[in-house]
Amino acid sequence: MNLTLKVWRQKNKEDKGGLVTYPVTGISEHASFLEMLDVLNEQLITQGIEPVAFDHDCREGICGMCSLYINGEAHGPDRKVTTCQLHMRMFKDGETVHIEPFRSKAFPVLKDLVVDRGSFDRIQQAGGFISVNTSGNTQDANALPIPKPMADKAMDAATCIGCGACVATCKNSSAMLFVAAKVSQYSYLPQGQVERKERVLNMVDQMDQEGFGNCTNTGACEVECPKGISLEFIARMNKEYLNASTSSEK
Amino acid sequence: MSKLDSKTPEGPIKDKWTKHKNDINLVNPANKRHIDIIVVGTGLAGGAAAASLAEMGYKVKAFAYQDSPRRAHSIAAQGGINAAKNYQNDGDSTYRLFYDTVKGGDYRAREANVYRLAEVSTNIIDQCVAQGVPFAREYGGLLDNRSFGGVLVSRTFYAKGQTGQQLLLGAYSAMNRQIGKGKITMYNRHEMMDIVKVDGKARGIIARNMITGEIEKHSAHAVVIASGGYGNVFFLSTNAMGSNASAAWKIHKKGAYFANPCYTQIHPTCVPRAGDFQSKLTLMSESLRNDGRIWVPKNMDDVMAIREGRKKPTDLGEDERDYYLERRYPAFGNLVPRDVASRAAKERCDAGYGVNATGEAVYLDFKSAINRYGNEKAHVLGLHNPGDAKILELGEGVIEEKYGNLFQMYEKIIDENPYKTPMMIYPAVHYTMGGIWCDYNLMTTIPGCYAAGEANFSDHGANRLGASALMQGLADGYFVLPYTIGDYLADDIRTGPIPTDSPEFNAAAKEVTDQLEKLINIKGTKSVDHFHKRLGEVMWNKVGMSRNAKGLIEAMDEIKQIREEFWKDVCVPGGMNELNPELEKATRVADFLELGELFAKDALAREESCGGHFREESVELDGEQKGEAKRNDKDFAYVAAWEYKGDPREAVMHKEELEFNDIELKQRSYK
Ligand SMILES: Cc1cc2nc3c(=O)[nH]c(=O)nc-3n(C[C@H](O)[C@H](O)[C@H](O)COP(=O)(O)OP(=O)(O)OC[C@H]3O[C@@H](n4cnc5c(N)ncnc54)[C@H](O)[C@@H]3O)c2cc1C
Ligand code: SF4
Ligand code: FES
Repeated sequence: MNLTLKVWRQKNKEDKGGLVTYPVTGISEHASFLEMLDVLNEQLITQGIEPVAFDHDCREGICGMCSLYINGEAHGPDRKVTTCQLHMRMFKDGETVHIEPFRSKAFPVLKDLVVDRGSFDRIQQAGGFISVNTSGNTQDANALPIPKPMADKAMDAATCIGCGACVATCKNSSAMLFVAAKVSQYSYLPQGQVERKERVLNMVDQMDQEGFGNCTNTGACEVECPKGISLEFIARMNKEYLNASTSSEK
Repeated sequence: MSKLDSKTPEGPIKDKWTKHKNDINLVNPANKRHIDIIVVGTGLAGGAAAASLAEMGYKVKAFAYQDSPRRAHSIAAQGGINAAKNYQNDGDSTYRLFYDTVKGGDYRAREANVYRLAEVSTNIIDQCVAQGVPFAREYGGLLDNRSFGGVLVSRTFYAKGQTGQQLLLGAYSAMNRQIGKGKITMYNRHEMMDIVKVDGKARGIIARNMITGEIEKHSAHAVVIASGGYGNVFFLSTNAMGSNASAAWKIHKKGAYFANPCYTQIHPTCVPRAGDFQSKLTLMSESLRNDGRIWVPKNMDDVMAIREGRKKPTDLGEDERDYYLERRYPAFGNLVPRDVASRAAKERCDAGYGVNATGEAVYLDFKSAINRYGNEKAHVLGLHNPGDAKILELGEGVIEEKYGNLFQMYEKIIDENPYKTPMMIYPAVHYTMGGIWCDYNLMTTIPGCYAAGEANFSDHGANRLGASALMQGLADGYFVLPYTIGDYLADDIRTGPIPTDSPEFNAAAKEVTDQLEKLINIKGTKSVDHFHKRLGEVMWNKVGMSRNAKGLIEAMDEIKQIREEFWKDVCVPGGMNELNPELEKATRVADFLELGELFAKDALAREESCGGHFREESVELDGEQKGEAKRNDKDFAYVAAWEYKGDPREAVMHKEELEFNDIELKQRSYK
């Protein structure tokens, strides 16, 4: 198939950037979206033009490195997939495709389609852990039975890949879904209860400092989340937060 | 050829590690604060090491080429992690895990290391649960297990089809705690370009800031390389796009021996290649072989009819199908180890029975399992005459619960519903057992430089069992290195900070800058990928699943030729002082082009078949095992550790003879 691409090009952080049009031809419908960009880049290189920079690594929907805002949607038109799992059969021959970076004040563009999501790491550093040291004498794993439904819920929350689509798609640039996923994971588990209150307060505090917006419950994040992280976790985090802020000694 | 000293402690195998831990030097807490350790890589091995070392009080600097430690390729592991917990009471034990791993590795691993691995495996599960890793559980609330690849017990712990993700997020959370405390300084989007040696010891690295292009000098008292495997030397593999050999190769060029480079695991169940645009291959977890049956049509007419779309696989009756694994290996059937399953698929496809357009695909069929589970479920539900449709529905439900995410992944890629029509699979490069040589303490032949995880060669011999890489990465990082590194660092408590303005650091930085400038200034006509693909083709065709002397000699020459062309004609657009993905690729491919040649040389030197290494000249000629791989313990029970001599083909082999005191060497038989 043949496509017209309108791709965001930006030299570096300081550059203003803008859309540049490139035609691509002979794309297989079985190719992934990123393989289509590989073809474009190969073409640009042979023309002596600098290829388009974009983030990616695992190309199987798990590392959370790929991003892209494609035709106005984070990770493109398909549901529950990342951009690297999006296939060209989702597009029509002759279509014009707009490709832009994830946009948010907290995700500055570094070059072309590459953004800096370091804010996500800093939120995790503020409290996304259970304070346990490595030791050969931790209690036996089965000494702490966890009801299967609870363990399954924790797992559902833990599948977040930290891609940032929720932020990119939210009109407020809120990171609530991402933060709620981590807070909820631990809230379902008996481990780390001692830090439960401190954790949610610190993580939310860091989220606010990073410049993410407030959540107004539009639900767009859940729709675009490639891992199907549920809005119900946001409700759960709100409860955790309320609980912690009314009773915490901090 | 010299002999290598593995520094394996004396004494009975089951006491070695405990005794060693009691004997080695410790660094007192006050001194640890003055000692810097660089950890390259934040996968399971590097992440676990960085977190544990920081908890102990060392000052850690960690490096990753991705934008966050959480994105290391360990994240992609699907199936699970082994541990000798014996929670299922099926007779598992430290010894059995040790035995299975040595046997699975076709008796080419170092016994003492493997025993230690089995020994600490149980601690890993305890540690991860304490961190909040949500492993799968049974209804009683206890941990669930599955059985995995060619073993007779259920010892694999898992978190849906995302075990690696959950384990890595556990290690990442432990790192985050230390980063928050200022004990780990994290360098994301930083690529290690070289190691720096001062007075013969590893004292730091040169790294490139991948956003600004700045060449940075980082010093430390010890350096840990945990940079993952080198499967991407084949261009197409299940590794991440950025997975590379460069950190390992750079230390090799500075004195670290590279062991058994030819030991590669080709995984039998991957999604087949679709076309020339293909950038990587996707694994379908080995756990699928617990329920899927592998077959190709018996008759060539049917093969043709399927390829031309005149017939569908579901049109073929049972007697028209060749379940070749069940036919050839009645005892293990579809559950034979990976290397055996992969070669059998290649054998059928080479004979012309491949079922897709490229002729490189076989079927993995869930029909029987769906029926069986459907019947069982109907029974449990007390349905007496459920009817075929109901059984199908119930059976598909069970399969979805077990493998839902994999089936969805498959459907997204191939655009076919694997519940209704068999999956197509083909072997793909997946894991590299070879790697940096290291002793029992995980120290390489460069003093103060350690290797951990897939980057080292240590525990899997010539073939790795499923669910054992995650175990090894975490064992190295959480439970081995934190002890053994102290033994070395105990001598460094008075050294003080290592300056980075020394001639050694300046020379290394200059060398790196020169290489980058050279690459940019070639301004040739072909992209980096062009050369990488050509290398991959040579590797796959001549150094792949089956190898012979003629092909290997040709491969060495062809790779050299491609390398020479690369350095004359590669085109790397953009500059050095900016984010430049093409430049990153170019430096990695330059190293693959050297490693590939050593890889072929190693395969040529090993004139036996063992594990994933199959030499066509070394097969059983008659008897029950006719046509199967033939190992040669008399001449080849050693680790081949190569010393760099300025050109990959000039590398010199050092042998570490392998001794087996606790296990009897046997031919693997899965018949
Ligand atoms: C698809 C897939 C599925 C798998 N499933 C299983 C399974 O079910 N069970 C199992 O046991 N094993 C499995 N494996 C194998 C296992 O996942 C890996 O062997 C293991 O995770 C490797 O961990 P590691 O820490 O050694 O390296 P990695 O996780 O690969 O980490 C490498 C790190 O090094 C960094 N790095 C690399 N080069 C440089 C450089 N030059 N400079 C700076 N940083 C660098 C990277 O940024 C990264 O942080 C699977 C592998 C794949 C590919
Ligand atoms: S919540 Fe979903 S969209 Fe947001 S970072 Fe996690 S996986 Fe991505
Ligand atoms: S590249 Fe890893 S999720 Fe897309």
